[in-house]
Amino acid sequence: MTNWQSVIGCEIHVHLGTETKMFCRCATGFGDPENTRTCPVCLAHPGSLPVPNARAIEWTIKLGLALGCEIAPRAIFHRKNYFYPDNPKGYQISQYDEPLCVDGAVDVPGPDGSTRVGIVRAHLEEDAAKNVHMGGAEGRIHGADRTLVDFNRAGTPLVEIVTRPDLHSAEEAKRFLQLLRQTVRELGISNAEMQEGSMRFDVNVSVRPEGTDELRTRTELKNINSFNFAAQGIEREIQRQIAIYESGGEVEQETLHFVPGIEDAPPLRSKEEAQDYRYFPEPDLVPIQPPAELIERVRAELGELPAARILRLAEELDYSLAEGLVTGGRDELYSRTPGEPRRTVANVLMNELTAAGVDPANVYGDELARLIEARDRIPRETFTKALAASADDDFDAGAYLGEALIADASELDPVIEQIIAAHEEQVAAYRAGKEGLLGFLVGQVMRETQGKANPRIVNERLREKLRT
Amino acid sequence: MIDTLRLTAKDANALLSSGEVSADELFVSYRNAVEQRDAELNCFLHVCDDSPGEGIPIAFKDLISTKGIPTTAGSRILQNYVPLYDATVAERCKGRGLRTLGKTNMDEFAMGSSTENSAFGPTRNPWDPDRVPGGSSGGSAAAVAAGLVPWALGSDTGGSVKQPAALCGVVGLRPTYGTVSRYGIVAFASSLDQVGPITKTVADCAFLYSVIAGRDSCDTTTVELPERIEIPQTEDLRGLRVGVPKELNEADGIERGVSAAVERAINLCRDLGADVGECELPRSVEYGLPCYYLVAPSEASSNLARYDGVRYGLRVDRDGIREMYEQTRDEGFGDEPKRRIMLGAYALSAGYYEAFYGQAQKVRTVIRNEFAAALERFDVLVSPTSPTVAFPLGAKTDNPLAMYLSDVLAIPPNMAGLPGLSIPCGLSDRLPVGLQLIGRQFSENVLFRTGHALEQALAFDPVPPRLAA
Repeated sequence: MTNWQSVIGCEIHVHLGTETKMFCRCATGFGDPENTRTCPVCLAHPGSLPVPNARAIEWTIKLGLALGCEIAPRAIFHRKNYFYPDNPKGYQISQYDEPLCVDGAVDVPGPDGSTRVGIVRAHLEEDAAKNVHMGGAEGRIHGADRTLVDFNRAGTPLVEIVTRPDLHSAEEAKRFLQLLRQTVRELGISNAEMQEGSMRFDVNVSVRPEGTDELRTRTELKNINSFNFAAQGIEREIQRQIAIYESGGEVEQETLHFVPGIEDAPPLRSKEEAQDYRYFPEPDLVPIQPPAELIERVRAELGELPAARILRLAEELDYSLAEGLVTGGRDELYSRTPGEPRRTVANVLMNELTAAGVDPANVYGDELARLIEARDRIPRETFTKALAASADDDFDAGAYLGEALIADASELDPVIEQIIAAHEEQVAAYRAGKEGLLGFLVGQVMRETQGKANPRIVNERLREKLRT
Repeated sequence: MIDTLRLTAKDANALLSSGEVSADELFVSYRNAVEQRDAELNCFLHVCDDSPGEGIPIAFKDLISTKGIPTTAGSRILQNYVPLYDATVAERCKGRGLRTLGKTNMDEFAMGSSTENSAFGPTRNPWDPDRVPGGSSGGSAAAVAAGLVPWALGSDTGGSVKQPAALCGVVGLRPTYGTVSRYGIVAFASSLDQVGPITKTVADCAFLYSVIAGRDSCDTTTVELPERIEIPQTEDLRGLRVGVPKELNEADGIERGVSAAVERAINLCRDLGADVGECELPRSVEYGLPCYYLVAPSEASSNLARYDGVRYGLRVDRDGIREMYEQTRDEGFGDEPKRRIMLGAYALSAGYYEAFYGQAQKVRTVIRNEFAAALERFDVLVSPTSPTVAFPLGAKTDNPLAMYLSDVLAIPPNMAGLPGLSIPCGLSDRLPVGLQLIGRQFSENVLFRTGHALEQALAFDPVPPRLAA
C-alpha cells in the first residue's frame, strides 16, 4: 500500500483597490450600472494608448516585498493575444518573462510548525470585462442566445501571484490562502472580497508516492472563491487522483471549472488545448524601472506581517487561536484589549464579537475589557447587546453593566421569594423587628445571583416582600 | 475667392494676419479647390462643411482621430466609425486655431506605398493622374501638392510620409520616434508609427512640427524636445558635414533620373559650403526592409485585433462568436492587412518568435548602432527618398514585394528611430524626385536648416505644371 503525498500550487488573482484603472483614469468600482466606467482606452477605441497607474505599481511592489520577493530593477509589460468579447483590445496587457516581483517565500504557520511556500512571481496585469451570457446553459458562451459585455471591470488592476508547488494538504493550502488574503488586506491594497471577485484562485493538484520528488500530471481547479470550497475541492481531487493511481490508471491533465457561488455543482471538466498567446513586449509602454528609494520607502512602511504575528501570539495562546485572530483581522484589537486570562479575551474576540458583526478596528479595547471582565456576572443578553454596540462612537461599557443589574429587577423576584422561603427563621426575626437581618438576606440574594443583582433593587424588593 | 494653388501655409497665414481675407473666406477657398480638383484626385475621404478656429485650414490623414468626424483608416471595417475624442496632434492643431478641412485618403491602416490599398479608391498624383501619389499618406501629400490644403498631417511607419512627399513634390518630415504623440492615431506598428507634417516648404514643416511635437502624458513613449524648434533661415551649409551612404545611394532599383537629381543636390551641398563625404551602412540597407517586415506586421497583427465587430465599426452578424469574428474581419479587412496579420501572427508564434520577432529586434539594434556610428562623422546623411518617381496606378498592385521595395531607402533610418526629411530636389521624367535627409535623434532643427538652404538654392517649383496651366 503506497502512502500518497499531495502536491499543490496556487495561482491567486487579486484586484488592487486603486481608485482608477490600470491603464486609464476611469474609476474602478463594483456594482455600478453597466458600462458607466469606460473611456476610449478601456473600450479599446482606435488610437487609444495605455498609461500605467503608478499606485498600482507601487502596491504590487509592496505586496512583492511582503511575500519576500525581489523587486526587478527593470520589468516590462507584454501583450497576451487572444480573441474574446471581454478582451477589448484583442490582447491583455500583462507581464511575461520580466515580472515586477520574483523569487519570494512565505512561511505559513501551522499547528505542527511552519511550511515555507515559495513564490515564483507576482506580476501586474489588467482584468478583463465581464461577459453576461443570456439564455443557454451554465453561464457559458456556447449555447447562449446572446452575450452582453459590461466593460466596467475591463482594465481593473490585477496582481497575479504564482506559488511553487510547496503545499501538501488541502488544509495547508487553505491556511496559506487565508494568510495571503489577510496580508493583502492589511497592506491596504485590496479588500480581497471573494464574493465580489476581487480575490480568486486557481489551484494545481497532483499526488505522488510519499518520499519521492516527482511531479506527476496535475489538474487545475479554476474559479474558486471560498476557502472551504478550496479545501473541499482540493481534498476531493486528491482522493480522486489517488483512487485512479491505485486502480492502475493514469491521471489526465485537465481543468475543473467551478461555478462560482454554487459549491455543490459538479465542476465542468475540459482538456485545455495549449493556446499560443503570441506574447511580445508591449510597444506602447516603456519598461518599469522602480527607483531604489521607492522600494526602500515601501519596505519601511511594512508593519509586522500576519505570519510573524501568528507565531508571536501562538506563544501566549495556541496556534489555532492565534491563527484565527490574525487571519480574522482581530489580533490588533486583541493587543489593545487588556485582561486575563488571555485565552478568554481571545475567545470572546473570535466568537462572540465575530457573531456580533462589529468592525474590530472601531472597538475601544479598554471598554471591551470591562465587558469581558464582567462577562460571567451579567446576563448573557446584556453582554451580547453590549458587544453589538461596542464599535459605536459613544460606547460606554459602564452603561451596560449598570443596566444589566437594574434590568434584572423582574427576574429577581423568584430568587427573593426562594431566599425568603429558605430562611424562615431570619424572616420571622426580621418581621419581629430585627431589621439588621435585611443585610443578611440581601447578601443571600446576591450570592444566589452571583453578584449580578443590583443591591439597591434587591433591597427594595426584599423590603416590599417582607412587608406582606 | 483666393487661388490656393501656390499658397504656402505661411502665405495663407499672412493673408489672414493682414486682414486681406477672413478665416472663413480662406476656408471656403480651400473647400472650393477641393470641389474643383478632388473629383479627379480623390485626396479626401471626408470634407468638413465648417470647422471652428480663426486660423488656416489643415487636413488630417484619416487615421488621426477627430472627435465627431469619421475616421476610417482607409478601411471598410471602420467605415462608419466616428471617434469620441481628438488625437493629441489634432487637439494641438486646434489649440493653435487650425481648422480641420477634412480627412485624407490613405492605404488601409497605413499599409502600402501607393494609396491604392484604400478601401475607398486610390488617390491620384496631381503631377500625373495616371500615377500613384505614393503612400500610405498619399491623400495628404497629393492634397498639399494640388493646393487643396496649405498643409496636412500624415503618419510614417516605414516611409509613409517621406515617400508620398517625394512622389508628390512636397516636403515631408518623419520625426524622431517619441517626439510626436501617437495618442489617437489608429495604430499600425506602435514601435515605428510617428505622425509628421506634409507641407509645401521646409519652413512650414518646421512650424507645424513645433505645433505637434513634445511630450504628451497620454503617450508614455513620448519625450520633451531637448531644444526649441526654430524656423530655418540660413541659406548656406557652412560647417555642415554631409554623409553620402554608399548603399542608400547605389541600391538596386534606383532609377537613373532619381540618382542624377540626388547627385545634383549633393553637389549643391558642396557649393553651399558643406563638407561632403562617403560612408557605409551595409547591414542597415541589406537588413532594414526584411527586419521591418517582421516587426511591423507582428505589431500590426496585435494592433488590429481590436477590430472584432463587438464595440464599433463593421459587424457582420453570425450565429456564433467565432463565426462573427471571422466574417466581420474577412469582409472588413482588405488583402494587405490580412497578409500582414498572417505574417505577423506567424512571426510571433511559439517556436518562431526567437527566429523572427526576437531576431528582428536584435537586428534593429545593429541598425541603430550602424547609423549612430555614421552620424558621429556626419551631421546629415543624404539619399534618394524613393528609388523611383511616381509609378503608374496598378503597376505594383499584383506584386506586394515590388511595392514593399518602394520603401527600401526610407525604412532603414526608421528602424533606428531617426528623423528623416524629404524635400523635392528636381524632376525626372517630369516627375518630382525626393531627397532624403537623415539626422541624429532630436536633430530636426539641423534637418530643417539643411532642407531650407537646399530648398532656396534648388528653387524647385512645387506646383504641378498641369494644374498651373
